[in-house]
Order: sequence, then structure tokens, then C-alpha cells
Amino acid sequence: MKTKIEKEITTWFRAINVEDIPNDNGICIKVRGQQIAVFNFNKRNEYYAVENLCPHKRQMILSRGIIGDMQGEPKVACPFHKKTFSLKSGKNLNGEDYCIKTYPIKIEEGSMFIGFTD
Amino acid sequence: METGKKSKTKKKNIVVIGNGMVSYKFCEKFVSKPKASSYNLIVLGEEPRPAYDRVHLSEYFNGMNPEKLTLGSLEWYAENDIQLYVGQLATHIDVTNKTVTTDKGRIFTYDKLIMATGSAPFVPAIDGVEKDGVFVYRTIEDLDLMLSYAKRAKKAAVIGGGLLGLEAAKAVKDLGLETHVVEFAPRLMPRQLDDAGARILKEKLEALGIWIHTDKNTTLIDGDQHVSKMIFTDDSTLDVDMIVISAGIVPRDELARKIGLETGPRGGIVVDEKMRSSNPDIYAIGEVALVNNMTYGLVGPGYDMAEVVVKQLLTGEETSFSGADLSTKLKLIGVDVASFGDAFCEQEGRSIVYEDRAKGIYKRINITEDGKYILGGILVGDAEDYNMLLQRVTNRIKLPENPEELILGPRGSDGNSGMGVMDLPDEALICTCENITKGTICDLIKAEKVNDISGIKACTKAGTGCGGCAPMLNDLYTETLKSMGKEVKKRICEHLELSRQELYHLVKINGLRTYNEVLDNFGQGDGCEICKPVVASVLASLWNDVIQKQCHIQDTNDRFLANIQRGGSYSVVPRVPGGEITPDKLIVIGELAKKYDLYCKITGGQRIDLFGAKVNDLPKIWEELVEAGFESGHAYGKALRTVKSCVGSTWCRYGVQDSVSFAIEVENRYKGLRSPHKLKSAVSGCTRECAEAQSKDFGIIATDKGWNLYVCGNGGTKPQHAVLLAADLDKETCILYIDRFLMFYIKTAEPLQRTAPWFNKLEGGIDYLRDVIIHDSLGICEELEKQMAHHVATYHCEWKEVVENEERRKPFKHYANSEEEDETLEFVDVRGQKIPAPWD
Ligand SMILES: Cc1cc2nc3c(=O)[nH]c(=O)nc-3n(C[C@H](O)[C@H](O)[C@H](O)COP(=O)(O)OP(=O)(O)OC[C@H]3O[C@@H](n4cnc5c(N)ncnc54)[C@H](O)[C@@H]3O)c2cc1C
Ligand code: FES
Repeated sequence: MKTKIEKEITTWFRAINVEDIPNDNGICIKVRGQQIAVFNFNKRNEYYAVENLCPHKRQMILSRGIIGDMQGEPKVACPFHKKTFSLKSGKNLNGEDYCIKTYPIKIEEGSMFIGFTD
Repeated sequence: METGKKSKTKKKNIVVIGNGMVSYKFCEKFVSKPKASSYNLIVLGEEPRPAYDRVHLSEYFNGMNPEKLTLGSLEWYAENDIQLYVGQLATHIDVTNKTVTTDKGRIFTYDKLIMATGSAPFVPAIDGVEKDGVFVYRTIEDLDLMLSYAKRAKKAAVIGGGLLGLEAAKAVKDLGLETHVVEFAPRLMPRQLDDAGARILKEKLEALGIWIHTDKNTTLIDGDQHVSKMIFTDDSTLDVDMIVISAGIVPRDELARKIGLETGPRGGIVVDEKMRSSNPDIYAIGEVALVNNMTYGLVGPGYDMAEVVVKQLLTGEETSFSGADLSTKLKLIGVDVASFGDAFCEQEGRSIVYEDRAKGIYKRINITEDGKYILGGILVGDAEDYNMLLQRVTNRIKLPENPEELILGPRGSDGNSGMGVMDLPDEALICTCENITKGTICDLIKAEKVNDISGIKACTKAGTGCGGCAPMLNDLYTETLKSMGKEVKKRICEHLELSRQELYHLVKINGLRTYNEVLDNFGQGDGCEICKPVVASVLASLWNDVIQKQCHIQDTNDRFLANIQRGGSYSVVPRVPGGEITPDKLIVIGELAKKYDLYCKITGGQRIDLFGAKVNDLPKIWEELVEAGFESGHAYGKALRTVKSCVGSTWCRYGVQDSVSFAIEVENRYKGLRSPHKLKSAVSGCTRECAEAQSKDFGIIATDKGWNLYVCGNGGTKPQHAVLLAADLDKETCILYIDRFLMFYIKTAEPLQRTAPWFNKLEGGIDYLRDVIIHDSLGICEELEKQMAHHVATYHCEWKEVVENEERRKPFKHYANSEEEDETLEFVDVRGQKIPAPWD
């Protein structure tokens, strides 16, 4: 599985020092002109990168959402209307159709890299 | 089985004309049956998009996003192998060759044909209806046309004061137009309400700023090209520049007539109770169907009809449509109105009526002569009991000994007059839109197939239509669990199986200071957006620590110490205690607003909100505000907001006490106090009550002898008057009681429960509250006072802490890896100031 994903990725972008992402929190970064929300899920010892845009009312906001889990699935809640999305798959967890894009990441020497397939 | 050489036996075609709500429901039910795959399902819809939720059409105005109303997306149809053709009007049916032709020239053959063409608005033949500015209210396109025209209009009239007309009136009002309703009959909602009920409704609507004209018959719509005036048969006139017609509906049976299907004298395709028309291969369902001389303008009956046909075609089950209940509840308008069963007492029986014109409440129930059963009724101004009363009618449940109690009270804490949802028989229909019975829901809960309300909704679709049954679903869930011997704990979420009160207690006795400590000790999992802010609020109420130390558990408002606004900008709200402000401070606010391009608005809480600040500007703006002596107004937090005041004895000739000074003292005492929900207060200088203290969480009114203290009032969607806790207090005692009251509330309320609903759930009501606060019946007053003293002593201005601390200022930027501002922030100009661009 893992190798397959990595094969498709053509560019790894160095995005940010992981130290600069506060614990259990998210921040927004700009990479290749796109707004990406990155999270340091300290409680689970995991990092995530997803698009910053909440598809519900098209708001650039997800990095300011509260993170947590739903029956083990890591998620972020949009601050506007509390729509929640899986940080792993991007799936909407309220049963609605829209979902968000997630990005593959890797951590090397204290930096977070975000993978792009083009 | 046929010859069976190849599996390619030709499938039969089922063609549905119309793709509205009932057509969608037909498709949904159709594809859920195993035999569906042996048919081709072809659906032709005239509108340019797949079926949407017409019942909630008015919600289109908030956001203008048609997708939010969509019932099933194009992908959904594709995934279920339904061939949907949108934007195709069926124009001809050839019953001999069994084909349907559309306006685009496509021809489809059918084996069975379903007419689900709905209805069209009825437009009376008034001279001038063809003019620009006259609209109907049925489709998304109608609303788009209205929207673009309304920008140029100022005054609108809705013709028709029925259910739909009033809904349209509300929508027009929300568009910012002066709104008039013109009704032909002598009263509003003539089909649902009696004179007295309609009179109260009229008064209530007029109080909301909607003008009502009854007994008016429009003869002419005047104006050159555009509408400018309405002229009535009594020669009176009304100047308007926009008209919405909502004078009833007519079934769209034009195609059916063309091919000679039997139709009713007032329209509608005649069908039997199996929905079969006079042609054996053609069925009709939804608003276009005429069953037993009745058409039904509601979705619920249409859904039942869809079910009857699906079962006939696919399962061979012989069900039939036996009529439906026409009880209705008006939604949206801001006044509760319901009419159910035999509302006018047309059968043998008598009525019990309760009317309070001052409060705007009218209730009537019709009961059988022997007083045993309820037949129907009307509720205006308070329709909380609608669901339970309707259940009594539909299930013929025996009345209690004093049936008047049903509408007069005793309105105890749960307000349903001695009958709970558990007293209903299993066949009782809980969700009438989706036809789900109490039995079905309870079985699911008992079999442990669902573990919360959303589970019930997902499994049965109950509560997903009009949503009116939601409170009953809630009660059913808790009560059924209780009956199974399971204690239904008021839990915060899946991570914290505690009520807020238990949480408060545990955090306090264990001296927990952080969210992670709380979760590690008493919770499970990784937390979520529900429990994190609740814990944050409890920690803040108890320890009054710097909120930003644990910014990951704060809602974004608390995290950036500002309210997030549409579009992602923030508002800045400095505290103005008691609403008193010096000219110098006013100038500072004005200068700042200019410098950072902020929208200014004076609020109901007597202060000034500044909107549209970029996140990176927040610390700079506050630095200047703090410099000028302002403090955080806590508008972003569940905390004390404002203490309003009127000028009182200092200036006002009626004032009996100095209400401004007292308001400032009170506001400064409780500023920054975190609580389960926001807290508002006011101080009035005399009984004229200009500060509206009786609508506040706690309010103070001056008397000749001192101060009266009122508690637990509320404005907002469910206004409630505050109740008098104690009279003629001196200042010190008044403050002492407020200290105790607030801390008692903070300790015991549920998350996001304001004081009014908290009070309504308090057993023993005001007497109990007086015992606790004044007579210290629980022996906790000393502790409550100590806690408040701690709060007062440890108060700090949250913004001051941020602007003086480089580390804390850091998170205030949009991008962590760039100094750029968010380029997607978009504003438009309105009356010389900026506002965010609309949601899309
Ligand atoms: C503003 C508003 C509020 C409402 N509120 C409520 C409420 O609170 N509760 C309630 O129960 N009901 C409510 N209703 C009524 C409810 O929307 C209707 O009962 C329901 O939509 C009827 O469904 P239907 O499928 O029969 O008709 P429709 O939803 O009208 O669908 C019929 C469709 O068929 C199409 N069509 C017609 N002729 C052809 C043709 N020849 N070829 C192709 N397509 C054709 C039409 O364009 C339309 O899209 C409300 C309606 C409105 C407008
Ligand atoms: S904008 Fe994200 S939930 Fe509405």
C-alpha cells in the first residue's frame, strides 16, 4: 500500500518545522499557492495535512478547527458549523456527500514534507 | 422464466414523469427493493436539476446553494441505475404504442407510466398579473427571479394569507422589503384557523413588521410595465413594487387531460386507492393525484402514495392509500401556529378555549361530548404541545379527567401535560413524513441496533423530513433506554461519560488544571469539538487561568479572542461598562476603525462592534485599544457580555436610583466570568424599565427603597421573562445574591444551557431557588461566595496578556510559513462600509 502511494508522488515539498505546529493544534501554510491545514495530533503522535477549505460553505478555515476523534478516527471540526472530516481519508463524518482532500506527508529531520502527485 | 438462452431478457421500462419530491421518494423506495434490477427506471423532469427539498425551499435564501436542498445527486441516480433526464418536459403520451415524447424530441417507451407532475401555483386572473414584478413561489428558479428583482424593490405584497403565503411573506421580509399580506378571506389561514386564532396570529405578525390586509380582493395590478400599485374591489389601493402570488395550487394534469385520462372537475388525475388511473398502465402519485375526491398538498401523503405503487410493482404486496392527516404546523415565520385533526369541531363535540391576547396565545381543543377523546384543535403563539395533542387524536387516546389541563397546564418541567411519549401505542406514527411508528423506533433501540438519535435517523430516516418529530425522537430514545433499566446518562460526548455538573465536581475536587489531565483521568479517546470547549469552560470557571495557555481546546473564537465572522475575518468588541463612554474613547474607536478598515455597528448591548479584522491585525488593534484604556469585551466567550443601563436618576426625571453607576459596578465585578453560556444583564433606574432588565439572565430594577433582583430571563428565539428573586435590596445584598446565583448556575447547568432553560428544569422553581440563594438551604453559599471572590481577585484582561507577550502574539497570522494575508477574504461594499461577500 505505502509503496504504491509513494510511487505516484513526484514532488515532496518541505512545508514546515514540526516544532512550529503547536501541540494538538493546526496551522495554515501556503504551499505551491495552495492553502493547506497541517495538524500536530500530539495526543496520538501523528501529523496530518489536509486542504484548508471547508467545502460546506467554502471557507478557508479548517486549520482553526478543533481536532479529535470519532470512534478512533482522527477528525477535524470546522469552526463555522461544526461539520467534521476524517483527517485520514477526508471523508465527511456527518453523513453528507462532500469531503476534503488529504495530502500524504512524511517527517524527516524535524521537517514535515507534503507530497504532490504532479 | 422465458426460454432462457441468454440472460439478456429484455427488461421492462418504468417511466416516471416529473422529478419532484414524490418522484424522488418513489425512486428511493424503488431501488431499495431487490426486484428493482429487473426494470429500467427512467425519470423525466422538467426542472433543470434533480429533485430537491421543496418543503425547505425558503432556506435557499440563506446561501443560495441549490445543492444544499438536493435530495439525491446526479451521481446517486447513476449509482442506482436510474436514467434521469433533467430539463425535459414530457409533452405527449401515446397510449396505444405506450411512448412518451419530450420537448427535446426524445421518445421513451414504457410498460408502466407514473405521473408525478405535482402542481403549479394558481394564478388568479387579475388584470395586470403579467406585469414585471409579479412572482410565484414554487421553484428555485422562481426564487432566483425574485432575488434579482428584489434588489430594486422596496415594498412587496404577498397575495394569499395561507400557509405558503405566510412563508413567502417571511422570506420577502428577510430580503429587507416592507411586507404586506393580502388575503381574500376575512382571516388569515382560513382553512386552518378560526377567527380568534387568526386574530392573534395577525397581531403577532404585525408585531413582527408584516402588514396584514384581510377581506381584500384584488381587481387590478397597476403600473406601466412594472408593478406599482394594487387596486381592490373596495376601491382601496396599496402601493407596492413587487408581488408574490400564493393563492393556492392547481394539479398539473394537462398531459393527462390531453390523452383523455379521467380528471376531477377542479383538476387532479382520478386514481383509486391503489393509485391507478383510468388507464391500467398509468399511475398518478403526489400532488397531482385525486383520491376519493381529495388532492393532498403535503409531502407526507405523497410519500405514502409512492410506497403503495412501489410495493404493487415490485413486491406484489397489496397495500392501499387510505387518506392522510392534514394537520399542519406553520414553520419559519417566528410565530407558533398549528392546526390538527378536526380543527373547527365539525363533528359532534364541544370546545375548550384558552386565550391570552396580551401574551398572544390562543389554544382551542375540540373534544367529544362525553369528554373522553380529543377531536382536533388549534394552537397559536405556543404550539409546544402540538405533537402530543396530535398523537392523542390519531391514536384515540383517552383524555385525562380534566381535559382543560391539556392546554392550561400544569406546565411542569417537561410541559407535556401528564402524557409522555411512552403512553402512546406502538402503532403511533412518530414521523409522519417517513411513516415511522413508535414500535419501529423502540424495537431498534431495544435490539441495540442504534446507540444514539443520529443512529435512529440513519436507520429509519425518521426526523429527516420536516424535522418536527425531533423532540419526540429524543424522548423516545431516553425513555426506552430507561425502561430497559439502562440509566441514560447525560453524557457530554463519546469521550466523557459525565454530565457537566459531575465534570465540574470532579475537576474541582481533584484539582485538575488541564484538558489532558481530565481526559486521562475520567475520559477515553482523543477528545473532540464537543468535550474540549466544555472542559475549557469548566476550567476557566473554576481556576480563571489564562485561556490561551490551552488554546487547542478552545473554539476558534476563544482561541483568537475574537468572534469569527462569515468569510473568516474576526470582530473586535471592546468592553464599554454600563454603556458609558467618553468622547475621547469614542474617537479612538473611530480612528481605529478607519485605520484597519473595520465595519462599525452599535449593538443591543450598548457597545460598538468592529467587524472585518484580519487575524494578523488583531494584536495590533488591541494594542491600541488597551493603550487607550479599553479591555476585552468577551464577546467571543461563553462569559458575561454586557450590563445595559438606562441613565437613571443622574439625568432622567423619572429615575429613582443611579442605575448607570450600579451597572458599571456590576459589569466590572463579573467581567471575564466564564459560564456554561453567555450571560447578559441590565440595570433600570425605575419601573419604566428602559434597560429591559427583565429579559436578561439577571436584571436589576430600581425601586424607591432599593433594588429588585430578577433572574433567568431570556431574549432570543425563546423569549422568557425573568422572575423576581428578591425585592427592595440594598446594593450589597443585591450583589451578594447575584454572586451566589451566578456561581450556583455555573456549577449546575448543562453545557450551552442558558439560565432560562436551566431554571425551567429546576425542580421546585423559584421557591427552591430562593431557598438556595437567600436561605442557604444547601449550605453552600459560603463556598459560592468564595468562588466568586476568587474570580474577582484573579480577573485579568485577556487581550492585555496577549499584546504584552511576543509568544502569545505569534499564532495571530493566517499562514504559519508566510507573512501574507489570506487572499481569499472577500468583502463587498454596503452603505459605505464593507461586509463579507455572501456564502456561496
Ligand atoms: C414554499 C413551499 C413550502 C412547503 N412547505 C411544506 C411543508 O411544510 N410541509 C409539506 O408537507 N409540504 C410543503 N410543501 C408542499 C410540498 O413541497 C409538495 O407537497 C411536494 O413537493 C409535492 O411533491 P410532488 O412530487 O407531487 O410535486 P413537485 O415537488 O411539485 O414535483 C413535480 C415535478 O414535476 C415536474 N413536471 C411537471 N410536469 C412535467 C412534465 N410534463 N414533464 C416533466 N416534468 C414535469 C415539475 O417541474 C416538478 O419538478 C411546500 C411547498 C412549497 C412551494
Ligand atoms: S463552512 Fe465549514 S461547516 Fe459550514
